[in-house]
Amino acid sequence: MRRTMAKAALHTAMNVLFFTLIGTTVLALTYLQTKERIAKSEQEEKLKLISQLVPRSSFDNNIVADTVALRPDLLLGTTSAGLAYRARKDGAPVAVAMEVIAPDGYSGRIDLLVAIQADGALAGVRVVTHKETPGLGDYIDIAKSNWITGFDGKALLAGKDSDWQVKKDGGQFDYMAGATITPRAVVKAVHHALQYYALHREALLAAPVAASAQPEKTK
Amino acid sequence: MTSQELKDIFYNGLWKQNTGVVQLLGLCPILAVSSSVVNAVSLGLATTLVMAIASATISPIRSAVPNEARIPVFILIIAVLVTVIQFAMNAFVHPLYLVLGIFIPLITTNCIVLARIEAFASKQPPLQSGADGLAMGLGLTAVLAVLGGIRELFGHGTLLSGIDMVFGPSAKALVITVVPDYHGFLLAILPPGAFVTLGLLIAGKNYMTLRAAANAQRQQSTTVTATA
Repeated sequence: MRRTMAKAALHTAMNVLFFTLIGTTVLALTYLQTKERIAKSEQEEKLKLISQLVPRSSFDNNIVADTVALRPDLLLGTTSAGLAYRARKDGAPVAVAMEVIAPDGYSGRIDLLVAIQADGALAGVRVVTHKETPGLGDYIDIAKSNWITGFDGKALLAGKDSDWQVKKDGGQFDYMAGATITPRAVVKAVHHALQYYALHREALLAAPVAASAQPEKTK
Repeated sequence: MTSQELKDIFYNGLWKQNTGVVQLLGLCPILAVSSSVVNAVSLGLATTLVMAIASATISPIRSAVPNEARIPVFILIIAVLVTVIQFAMNAFVHPLYLVLGIFIPLITTNCIVLARIEAFASKQPPLQSGADGLAMGLGLTAVLAVLGGIRELFGHGTLLSGIDMVFGPSAKALVITVVPDYHGFLLAILPPGAFVTLGLLIAGKNYMTLRAAANAQRQQSTTVTATA
């Protein structure tokens, strides 16, 4: 009796093991088959986003590979390392696109991409991911409205920090009634990003250390 | 498989036992993704694909799986299929993958997939099982499409918005703006809108079923009177 039970249990275990092995093999093969394409489409996605801010004709380097790691910083709103993508033409810096987080959106963090021209003016800002209320706070998304293009060309002005607020608070940026927390968070994050750029300009634009700078996997 | 069998399977999946409005299984994706037609149909089709392949794969091996280990093995097979589809979508329709995001892996936990395998594929031959998975999935997709259509229409005033995520930027011309300059109706887009709309759909289905039954009864009684 005991032996048959043990045998049955062993049989079941072997059976599950068998299916697990087959499943793992199938997954591994699919992963290997799609790996390159996935990496490529992720890079294309990033490039598409960046080139909305920095026109593709204005730089000639491989912007997705020419990156510098951004250490977690209060001004960037990041708690883990992000990336900055550098656009160059004939080796001279054109712009830098930084991954920035607005931590205080209405429903959690808002991931932004902030592109700053070498002269310190904004090339533009895009929302990468957000969880703001659909139809209310989501006008920060370029797919919903062009509110975010209000940042284009803006720069830090000496002693005029009060400009970097929504109009309701006395600043220069539009907002929509009923959803001010969202634009406040974005304006603050972009303002901080500009301050970060002013502080770290040299390091951000410095030439790549090694040509083999591989783009880090980021989520 | 006879054509009558096939007909029964599809009638069950698409109408009589429809997963969306009769069995009410797998409501999580229904509520979350049905805010637009394109999202709804895309997830519906992904689920259909998983259901058809999973049912057809599990049916032939059903006798090889010990009864007490069947649930883990079934879930394993479903999870593998879902992950394969996730990889494929990530590679080939990346923008859509970004939109459906976490809902693709969630197909694994969608109880309708396991329910059909337990109720049908683990007892029936492969062809019938595959057809059942396909029919059930298509039934779900149809409900999702209607739900998505109603919610998108009331929420955004458009239909098929975001179709360019599936077919590339040239498909943008397919987007139908029903109400131009529409300001949006938030309730329709948020999850409560999905509950309300689904409730109306279920009511509609029940009404039609009841009417059909009443008609059949009336016809029967007239034939009875006629013969009497």
